[in-house]
Amino acid sequence: MSTITANKTTDFGHNGIFPSNEVMLDLKNLKKVYPTPKGDYVVLEDLNLQIKKEEFVTIIGHSGCGKTTMLSMIAGLNEISGGNISVLGKYIKGPGPDRGVIFQAPSLMPWMTSLQNVLLGVNQVFPHATKNQRNDIAKYYLQKVGLENAFHKKASDLSQGMQQRVGIARAFAIKPKVLLLDEPFGMLDSLTRGELQDILIEIWNKEKITAVMITHDVDEAIFLADRVVMMTSGPKAKIGDILNIDFERPRTRKSVLEHDDYYTYRKHLIDFLEH
Amino acid sequence: MKQSVSLNTAGKIARFNIFRFLFQGSIAKVKQMDPKVALKKVAISIASILLFLGLWHMGAKALYNKEADFKINKALEERGQAAADSEAACIASGNPDCQPNTLPSPAQVWASFNSLLKDHGIISADKAAFKEKTAALNAQREAENLDPIVYTGRPSFVDQIWRSLGTVFAGFLLAFFIAVPLGIFIGLSPNLKSAFNWFIQVFKPVSPVVWYLLVFMIVKTVLIGSPDDSSFTISFVSVGLCSMWATLVNTAMGVSSVDNDYINVAKVLKLGTFQKIFKVILPSSLPLIFTGLKITLSVGWMVLIAIELLAQSPGLGTFVWEEFQNGANDSNAKIIVAMFVIGIIGFLLDRIMLAIQNSVSFVKTDAI
Repeated sequence: MSTITANKTTDFGHNGIFPSNEVMLDLKNLKKVYPTPKGDYVVLEDLNLQIKKEEFVTIIGHSGCGKTTMLSMIAGLNEISGGNISVLGKYIKGPGPDRGVIFQAPSLMPWMTSLQNVLLGVNQVFPHATKNQRNDIAKYYLQKVGLENAFHKKASDLSQGMQQRVGIARAFAIKPKVLLLDEPFGMLDSLTRGELQDILIEIWNKEKITAVMITHDVDEAIFLADRVVMMTSGPKAKIGDILNIDFERPRTRKSVLEHDDYYTYRKHLIDFLEH
Repeated sequence: MKQSVSLNTAGKIARFNIFRFLFQGSIAKVKQMDPKVALKKVAISIASILLFLGLWHMGAKALYNKEADFKINKALEERGQAAADSEAACIASGNPDCQPNTLPSPAQVWASFNSLLKDHGIISADKAAFKEKTAALNAQREAENLDPIVYTGRPSFVDQIWRSLGTVFAGFLLAFFIAVPLGIFIGLSPNLKSAFNWFIQVFKPVSPVVWYLLVFMIVKTVLIGSPDDSSFTISFVSVGLCSMWATLVNTAMGVSSVDNDYINVAKVLKLGTFQKIFKVILPSSLPLIFTGLKITLSVGWMVLIAIELLAQSPGLGTFVWEEFQNGANDSNAKIIVAMFVIGIIGFLLDRIMLAIQNSVSFVKTDAI
């Protein structure tokens, strides 16, 4: 951790890669406390993070350090104990479709078809569109994730990987301002995981939705992110370090793996996790 | 026996389709099975039925002999050897007047079943003839705004079955329309849950007989001065109230235990209350609601007999009670026929519920 140059840890700018420097998501002095009979248990404390528009940030850290707590606080599903979270300068109040979530489990309604699952969100976000328009939006995103032949399949009949594809389509189809991904590929085998990473990055390159993604996988963190945020172990977890990934976009897995800096980045992350 | 019952209640083609609908799962399973395994399963079932009939036959024979010996000995002690001999001869001759009154054998039950069907045929023909005879008169009476003349003869066994089914169906509908909405509200609101908890815990274990008495007290007063017979209302309301608890508890449990992931999705998408209930909560609690409805229907069918018996409402319960009071030679056999009919109909009702459940719910449940 101490080997990082001062320049890299403090410079959160992006060397002109991003067209906008507008702050999309701002976490200020975020705190999460769970009261227990033995006194308060502080999960997060003094957590500060700014995420710019069209930025892809991955978050890694040890299990139980509070990553998921932080993400569900951003989603509005978990109460904030202290500090605040704002999206485009506005404090968040509870959950809402401006912050789309891709959960770890696909969380599809098993009694609905994949199209109906995506439409559930689309109908909610575009109430004034015609039925055909909403159908087209849902179908467009399902095609994007490679499910053009499974519009009318019941979610319960799809494999885990296919279900998570529907989850991705559902999240993008509601056109959120921020996309929150809670280890979305954690339950998949490595082959399917690679496929879904490619699908995610391809659709993201088109939509450029500000994204915050939790992962345990160092390679996934580097491949997808503009910045990798490393969290210290809890209790009282905070941001330990931030690593800028300066690969050009669009990226391919091959170009990333062959890049000279790849192993430097990787070593940096692994060093952090091991200390 | 089962086949003959349905043969009489439904047409041949309809019977085949209903059979397919009810036993789809089992048919599919048998088709997948190795023919040898399937054959073995069928053989075991048939063997167990034969074993059951054999044991029943032997048991009935033993009881018959005991009763016959007692009768002969009694005649010997009270009226001497000649009376005992004539009693023995009378029993051996099969004369209905002196048959021992005990558990009937399978053959006797089968004979009673056939005689009940024959009786039904006679009554049906009688009814049809009556209808034909009164058709002209009734048309005339209708024109004069008078009540039509209706058949008031004795109902046949099959009529009793239909009436019982009608009562249990009305009771089931009542239970459905009370328990499902109430269960949803209780499941959605922790406050309502605390408010209703004591109510459910206290009234759930109450016996059907007591429910009947309670309903009787209320309905009698509500329908005071009404010319209609209140026994049907009393019996179906009692059946509904006895049997609704399983649906109430299961619905409340299903609704309050919806997977948190689905609730989170609904929150993130900001679904309205109506959409949240109808698109997320209800579909996800359907399996438990159906479990409750299945229990409700079988409990309803089970308590129906006792309640009909008390309420003197026409149906199988009354049939059983009348046969028992009647004490005719074949009364016992008719009671056993009713027992089998009740059991088989209960089984079919359960299958109907299962088939409906599998056609609407996302979780497929296997029959036991």
